Amino acid sequence: MNGAPLLSVADLKKHFVVGHTRVPRRAPIVVRAVDGVSFSVAEGETLGLVGESGSGKSTVAYTTVGMYRPTSGSVVFQGEELFADGKPRPQHLRKAIQIVFQDPGSSLNPRHTVKEILSMPLRVHQRGKNRVEQVARLLELVDLPSDFMYKHPTTLSGGEKQIVGIARALASDPRLVILDEPTSALDVSVQAKTISLLLRLQRELTLSYLFITHDLSLMRNVASRVAIMYLGRTCEIAETVEFFRNPLHPYTQMLLSSIPVISEAEAELKPRKVISTGEIPSPVNVPAGCSFHTRCPFAMDVCRRVDPVMVDGAPGHQVRCHLYPKKQEGA
Amino acid sequence: MAESRAVPLLEVRDLHVHFAVYGGLLKVLDGVSLVVHRGEKVGLVGETGCGKTTMMKALLRVLPSSARIPAGEVLFDGRDVLAMSRRDLSGLRGRGISMIFQDPTAALNPVFTVGEQLETVITHSAAAAGRRVSRRAARRQAEASLEKVALADPERLLHSYPVQLSGGMRQRVCIGMALATGPGLLIADEPGTSLDVTIQDQILRLLQALVNERDASVILITHTLGVVREMTERVYVMYAGNIVEEAGTGRLFASPMHPYTKGLLQTVPRLTGGGIAAGIPGRIPDYLSPPTGCRFHPRCPFAMEVCRKNKPPLFHVDNGHDVACFLYEGSASKGAAS
Amino acid sequence: MSQGASAGREATISFDPGRMRELERASRRENLGRAWYKFSRNPLSVAGLAVVAAVILLAVFARYATPYPRDAGAFVDFAHAKLAPSVHHVFGTDQIGRDILTRVVFGLRSSLLMAVLVLVLVVPPGVFLGLLAGYFRGTWVDVVIMRVTDVFLAVPPLILALAVASVLQPSLWHGMMAVSLMWWPWYTRLVYGLTSQLRNESFVAAAEVNGASLWHILFREILPNTVSSVLTKMSLDVAWVIIIGSMLSFVGLGVQPPEPSLGSMVADGARYLPDQWWIAVFPALAIVVVVMGFNLLGDGIRDLFASEQG
Repeated sequence: MNGAPLLSVADLKKHFVVGHTRVPRRAPIVVRAVDGVSFSVAEGETLGLVGESGSGKSTVAYTTVGMYRPTSGSVVFQGEELFADGKPRPQHLRKAIQIVFQDPGSSLNPRHTVKEILSMPLRVHQRGKNRVEQVARLLELVDLPSDFMYKHPTTLSGGEKQIVGIARALASDPRLVILDEPTSALDVSVQAKTISLLLRLQRELTLSYLFITHDLSLMRNVASRVAIMYLGRTCEIAETVEFFRNPLHPYTQMLLSSIPVISEAEAELKPRKVISTGEIPSPVNVPAGCSFHTRCPFAMDVCRRVDPVMVDGAPGHQVRCHLYPKKQEGA
Repeated sequence: MAESRAVPLLEVRDLHVHFAVYGGLLKVLDGVSLVVHRGEKVGLVGETGCGKTTMMKALLRVLPSSARIPAGEVLFDGRDVLAMSRRDLSGLRGRGISMIFQDPTAALNPVFTVGEQLETVITHSAAAAGRRVSRRAARRQAEASLEKVALADPERLLHSYPVQLSGGMRQRVCIGMALATGPGLLIADEPGTSLDVTIQDQILRLLQALVNERDASVILITHTLGVVREMTERVYVMYAGNIVEEAGTGRLFASPMHPYTKGLLQTVPRLTGGGIAAGIPGRIPDYLSPPTGCRFHPRCPFAMEVCRKNKPPLFHVDNGHDVACFLYEGSASKGAAS
Repeated sequence: MSQGASAGREATISFDPGRMRELERASRRENLGRAWYKFSRNPLSVAGLAVVAAVILLAVFARYATPYPRDAGAFVDFAHAKLAPSVHHVFGTDQIGRDILTRVVFGLRSSLLMAVLVLVLVVPPGVFLGLLAGYFRGTWVDVVIMRVTDVFLAVPPLILALAVASVLQPSLWHGMMAVSLMWWPWYTRLVYGLTSQLRNESFVAAAEVNGASLWHILFREILPNTVSSVLTKMSLDVAWVIIIGSMLSFVGLGVQPPEPSLGSMVADGARYLPDQWWIAVFPALAIVVVVMGFNLLGDGIRDLFASEQG
């Protein structure tokens, strides 16, 4: 294991043109889904990406896995720039970077059996005659009985469907798995089972996870580092323990104070000064200056005019907020 | 804390609901009993497939045609809901009992404006009470509802279509619609689950304020335990069509008794850390041929011989704390479960 | 498979191919059983299925199922012309003495044949073009295919069928060709709409992310999800083709005499109304019954698939 990160994203931007204004100006209406995001994922680590609607977290996921091409910025995987030329992604990278989708209901083809669903990546990435046996092995890996092979997704529970989705992602023996809200649609006990499975698989197969969720309680127990996104930008990145001990960004504090918790001990941890107010602006109409200023209780004049840059708010803890001005010039 | 009042607002007694499907009968609800007093906020906690949605549909009599109710009673304000005529039912729905659905987008008709939908609800419920409401009066009431749910510029919103609103705003409209008719009992099915967490927090606080203001009773159905803790006074825990535990909210979280409740609480990830629990082994039972005896016994680490044979009744263990589990048979105080 | 994963688990896996096959059979049986259960909830759908099955059987075994098969060809028997329905001739005889029941059955057979052949010609290209256009929606592929489709849809089908049939020799085959030319765009449109939505589903994205071939995505992922709508439409279309075929032969441009055809039988029999009503009424009734049967069956198929997607 060398020191370089497995995945390195630098100033990633993805803009979508969703229409044009009326004649005569015909200016394009642009959604800045991702507008300058930088982070890295080390080998064997779980980076948590937290955000609500419009944060761009799913767009980051889909771009990394190759569904979108970035508008600008670089994504480097194992030293290889993923979007160097205009050609489609080569097969070895498709194998290495996989994704588990959020909605178990639509991520599995309802007309296929589990065997057909799992055969698809096997067929694309591997030769091999004995498909049934390969599928049985895959099911065994995720603790599902081989009987499941001939079931249709409609007869499976949400948790089971999601586990099939995980098995599908693992079929190509990837190095990096992007988990897009893998348990958001599941009950809490099923979530626990699924997450435990994911953590075990990570240990056994030395996987790296880019774990996307809005559930900070889950993040606290799963990720080694956490990044918060709001309207296409990162607000704060830190190691998990430090992050929860010392949340710096007002949006982070707002998120933490909104989580329903089940014990007094946790209730103590919730910041009291920042209560959620206001609507999340649409990514078509990102507020000027700091995009969070419309909801921020600490908004200052500078926040309305100038977009803050990412600085070190504490050692190993980056934050992008005018409350924490840049202390020194240069690294 | 539940105060005992003369006649509970809602009483469900030993309700059984089955569904006729390919392969036989899905015996979903297996004798559910619950009580909601006036002004009380009750939580109904259970995971997907436990039957909580079926029970709510039974309350409002909106079960599909394949449903059968072989036994049980539902009494609202002392009146038998299951035996009500269509006319009485339409008076009950909306005025007596109102519901807020999980997905506000699906609950609003996309081809009518917000104002039209609110006014429809207002005029219909008035008609069911035998009153007529003029269009102007209905419009004024609609606008007032929107103000009540803290929506800015209600005048303009009345003319907007649901698709023009954000998820949070739609949920507020749904709450406004549910409360516009002044119901005695509000059923909130997973409120805010489909919304972002910061918006959900606002919605839940709004709901709490509104409910407190008019002293309405609430049944809050959810699988999110944190929401139950923050918003209810008493909780029922449901598993596989049975109520397995009932207690005051604080008590349930402080000292859960039923193995399922304990298992459930363990699986909730904590903000304070502590890792991820392994989950509860097994899966929910097949309602076509449910387990004999206690429906939880195949997954229970403490299952005993008697659990396989007999279905545990609700043992009254402590003041207001009932558990349907043979582990507590000895510690049950004399007298029937509350 | 990863070396790390399989190494520890080689020993524990117990894999029995025989049991897998048994499971597969059992699973298929269960799905069929479930489908039949759902379908049979509605008695009308079952009635439709029964009618269609009966018509198909009659059509296939026409020669053996009818009392006077020779009446289906060139046959004349003025002695027994215009006889009312009786035990010997259940539907009576027509103006030149042919048994109407026999001719109705043979007429049904040729209608059905025409419908099947039209659908076989029309559905594969129509569906294929719809898949292509829908998947590449927004690109030139979409534009070209859908505009061509629009052109064909703009022409009134019956008029074109009449034009084609009158230019070429009137016959069943030419009539079919004309109808086929008009029919395929409807399938393209149907599948285009479905595909445009389906391509946004995550399971399609999963295949794309893995680099699955276009063939796999179109035919293994998307197509199976369109089958329910296409089958429903096909069932209802049989009814339509039968009607149009009858219309064509009513005006003399379809099947030529002495071959029986329901439409021409109605046309010939019309001038004998109301006295020898049976000559026109029974063929007309046959058209109604077979059309209803296919409609009810089509509704049943649609309902069968509808709740699955809910």
